[in-house]
Amino acid sequence: MKSKKLSIPYILWMLVFTMIPIVMIGLTAFRDKSGAFSPEPMMKAFGTEYRGVLLHSLWIALLSTAICLLLAYPVAYLLTRMKPSTQNTVQLIIMIPMWMNFLLRIYAWKILLQKDGALDMALSLLGIHGTYIGNTAAVVVGMVYEYLPFMVLPIFTVMSKIDGNLIEAAQDLGSNDFAVFRKVIFPLSIPGVISGITMVFVPSASTFLVAEHLGGIDDKMIGDVIDQIFLTDQNVGSALSMILMILILVFLIIMNLFGDEEAIA
Amino acid sequence: MKKIISLLLTAALAGTAAVSLSGCGASESKADAGEVNVYTWGEYMALGQDEGIANVVEQFEKETNIKVNLTTYDTNEELYSKLTQSNDSYDIVVPSDYMIGKMIKEGQLKEINYKNIPNYQYIDERFKKLPCDPEGKYTVCYTWGVTAIVYDKNKVKNKPTDWDALWDKNLKGQILMFNNSRDAMGIAMQQCGIDPSNCNKADIDKAVVKLREQKPLLKKYVMDQVFNEMEGGQAAIASYYAGDIAMMMEENEDLDYCLPVNGSNLFYDAMCIPKSSQNTENAEKFINFMQKPEIAAENCKYLRYGTPNTKATDYLDDDIKNSELTFPPKEYVDKCYVFKNLSDDVYAYMQEQFVKVQAE
Repeated sequence: MKSKKLSIPYILWMLVFTMIPIVMIGLTAFRDKSGAFSPEPMMKAFGTEYRGVLLHSLWIALLSTAICLLLAYPVAYLLTRMKPSTQNTVQLIIMIPMWMNFLLRIYAWKILLQKDGALDMALSLLGIHGTYIGNTAAVVVGMVYEYLPFMVLPIFTVMSKIDGNLIEAAQDLGSNDFAVFRKVIFPLSIPGVISGITMVFVPSASTFLVAEHLGGIDDKMIGDVIDQIFLTDQNVGSALSMILMILILVFLIIMNLFGDEEAIA
Repeated sequence: MKKIISLLLTAALAGTAAVSLSGCGASESKADAGEVNVYTWGEYMALGQDEGIANVVEQFEKETNIKVNLTTYDTNEELYSKLTQSNDSYDIVVPSDYMIGKMIKEGQLKEINYKNIPNYQYIDERFKKLPCDPEGKYTVCYTWGVTAIVYDKNKVKNKPTDWDALWDKNLKGQILMFNNSRDAMGIAMQQCGIDPSNCNKADIDKAVVKLREQKPLLKKYVMDQVFNEMEGGQAAIASYYAGDIAMMMEENEDLDYCLPVNGSNLFYDAMCIPKSSQNTENAEKFINFMQKPEIAAENCKYLRYGTPNTKATDYLDDDIKNSELTFPPKEYVDKCYVFKNLSDDVYAYMQEQFVKVQAE
């Protein structure tokens, strides 16, 4: 009973700031300008014109999430093997970029990657000239940089909670380091990986401005499209947001099914 | 785990809050003559941003003891939705031509008592009865200008003369275009021989074909990013507002400009008083102050957009006074078109088609 009372403010908060807005967007997505029910916004949003952008956004998000995972997992693993004091320092270093505004960090990447920028200057010493901005790779680099801490920290937290006795038991039973990792540490770290993927994939699929600054003419993302469409047509904007939400939800459900299996095996 | 997530979220929230907070906190002088709520474009008045630029709002506060609350918007549409959908009351807004027309039609603006604005006498006759305010009852023109082409002399070999330079295949991947449906479509319509000032859906469809043709040649669709791109020599040619081109040319001497031979978009922004205003007298005082010749000159120096104030030129340096970008010559302006208000339906269609061109 007591715990229920304590949760009331949170439930209220979620109701007012999460549930009601989502319901409102859902309603707007099925109405026309005059406010009457109409399937038109949804049909427009499903039009072929937006399909490419949706797929491209999901592809960029998926790619960024995969690269984040590849980079973050070893970092998280190494972190658990460090002394607590070193752990704190490294964690701090991972967090520090996030103290700066998101847009500023994107601007910084712009300066690094643009023509006559830092990277171009360094490489031109070797005789290589070029622009490294304005393509999908630059967008992915920006995303990975932006969201890497969201992958490292959950994996690290889960890994550091693995019971040391389990590892010792495995070693006693004759497992080498690789077997210990494969049979004990990796399966037990899956929940961290899942929340890491969720925390990177969801924001990177719906992000805006990153592609606008780092991408080229073909790197429009669905977040930018929704932003522009909302200016004149809130109904289609809402419909696009709903479709994006549903796609993300489907992705997460698939992920969780897959994750559970892994954890059991 | 949960702790970390909530920590991260708090950090993200704190970041956002810091950004939004830094936007406020304008002037804080104590005043006893009431206040005036000014809602205007971002970076649209001389506020001492740089050395040598006066702070006209501070001067107004000192002279009149009226406190100025300055808030800003990025698009006419943002201004419109704030005025129509929120409870905030503003005393001065600075919409552009077509939006003024729409607001007058919908009865959202108060008639201005020009007796309280003696400096109105300095306004050039041709800005007194704007096409959107044909009887001259609601507006005091603040700035005007045209759209034009800026290009990098080292990268563009043939001197551009018209918008078709933005469709030049030799400049593939180095062209920048307005990321704003009305301006981009306007240019495309001119290329199709359509008058962009007032268009219908069929005109938009033709313009879309022209924009699709251009897209593979573009580096990007940009607005503010154009400064960085052109000043840093990242792109070869761009369409933008002439006043801003004057600023870019100061930063990079490889840049030059071209006023398209067949004309371009002529725009003006004017100070208006919304019906919801509660400090009308102060609003009139503010408008009057902004049209003091020396103050209008300060704003012009900072903005580089034309000032309609005929006396202000006395306070401007020759290089600004004689700049075609700040004061496009009358013969050129006669060739230009002014945007008229489009119906909601047509405007939404235009925006939708423009987004689709970009999304494809």
